[in-house]
Amino acid sequence: MSYPVEYKYTKEHEWIKPDGAIGITNYAQESLGDIVFVDLPKVGAELTAGKTFGSVESVKAVSDLYAPVSGTVTEINSELATAPEKINTDAHGAWMLKIRLKDTGELKALLSAADYERFISEETGS
Amino acid sequence: MSSIETTTAVRKTALNAVHRQLGAKMVEFNGWDMPVEYSGIIAEHMAVRTGAGIFDVSHMGDIRLHGPDALAAVEHISMNDASRLAVGQAQYSALLYPQGTFVDDVIVHRLGEREYLLVINAGTREKDFSWVRDNTRQFHCEVENLSDDFTQIAIQGPKAVNLMEKLTDGDLSSVKFYWFTRGTICGLQDILIARTGYTGEDGFEIYIPSDPLTSAQVWKEVLEAGREFGALPCGLGARNTLRLEARLPLYGHEIFDTINVWEAGLDRFCKMEKPEFIGKPALEQARAAGIKRALVGIQMVERGIARDSYRVLDSAKREVGYVTSGSYAPFLKQNIGLVYVPPELSEIGTELLVEIRGQGVKAKVVPTPFYKKPKKTSATADRVENPSR
Repeated sequence: MSYPVEYKYTKEHEWIKPDGAIGITNYAQESLGDIVFVDLPKVGAELTAGKTFGSVESVKAVSDLYAPVSGTVTEINSELATAPEKINTDAHGAWMLKIRLKDTGELKALLSAADYERFISEETGS
Repeated sequence: MSSIETTTAVRKTALNAVHRQLGAKMVEFNGWDMPVEYSGIIAEHMAVRTGAGIFDVSHMGDIRLHGPDALAAVEHISMNDASRLAVGQAQYSALLYPQGTFVDDVIVHRLGEREYLLVINAGTREKDFSWVRDNTRQFHCEVENLSDDFTQIAIQGPKAVNLMEKLTDGDLSSVKFYWFTRGTICGLQDILIARTGYTGEDGFEIYIPSDPLTSAQVWKEVLEAGREFGALPCGLGARNTLRLEARLPLYGHEIFDTINVWEAGLDRFCKMEKPEFIGKPALEQARAAGIKRALVGIQMVERGIARDSYRVLDSAKREVGYVTSGSYAPFLKQNIGLVYVPPELSEIGTELLVEIRGQGVKAKVVPTPFYKKPKKTSATADRVENPSR
């Protein structure tokens, strides 16, 4: 599974697209297993970089979601409420929500695809 | 994912390398390095409900009691009535403290006239063995820890009997649920084949020698034999969701050293008419005093998944209990849980709240087991003696 180069990544395994769409990485979905529930904020909610904004749950595990950058929620992917397994089948396409960024400069602090892949290979020790 | 910290080295079953070769996701469970899933918990769970699933449960422990007083010893340390067992029969039971609370739950097998095998939990192996040994000293009976002698493989699901019959010479359809036989499996003679399990389905548990080569060979042959039935290797993840749907208790969750038999709702496995057993006097008192909490099943009404140890609130948002086990239920496609609440809140239909990330999320008390296997039309699977009521 390749990591799209136009995305930016966090060490907590979220990605953000240039248009403000946020999701979790393929590595994250693989380690979670079958995803059965996504808990997301409402449109208009304010996200703060590095703070939790929701959670994703597999059969076995609960995992917090961390905001890659600060911003205001403009849209929620309502499809995930009834089909959370889309995250397993297409982690980099199944966006959770979109935000209007407060400060695009915050993107600079995030990992590139290459940095992220290096980071997860260190984390798995492979 | 929860893992339990331990200072001792992580233990491995004889099939550890096989699981890794199969690409299983491994986790630490009660000090054991065990597969949590292979192809995915939902797929594995469904395989067991519709076809067959194969589990390595070698982490379970085994204690053998034999000698002239073996029955008296088993009767003294366990709450069910072992005198009712015929040779070849097994029963669900528990070892209790004098307080009427749980040392562990066990399956008691009557191997011979004066010989019993207790199958115990992985995390309580040493504790259980010491408990059994120390509390049977007055009996003319030997107590042996056979926990490392067996590779225990569970073959579970409606097709388990068909799978097993390909591997054995004997007639397994005549072995009733919670009975066992001895037979040849994969060329190994005199293997204990028990019609028991922890999934809410029909199934078998086999006890083979624990050397890695034999274990790997049998595991491979079982998987091969299961292919035509859609059998999947299954991990502890599916084992947990399967047993939860069937409301089978798990030590450390529904049963524990602070929880008594009445609270856990295991009354029918506790034979108070027995003259004596450890815990009986305390249970008589507890029954007279009335219970302060009861184990009930809940189903989430609003969006959210109850998880182990989440707090349970009443409709006025007062804390009234906690979740012992909670999960998405793959077969039922609902979010379910087991909770301890005061008896007055245990009626079917009672509205409760589960505190999930600071929010009270609506749930209701529902009948259990959440899942009951479809009734067989054959006369062989008549009496079900397991704790899933």
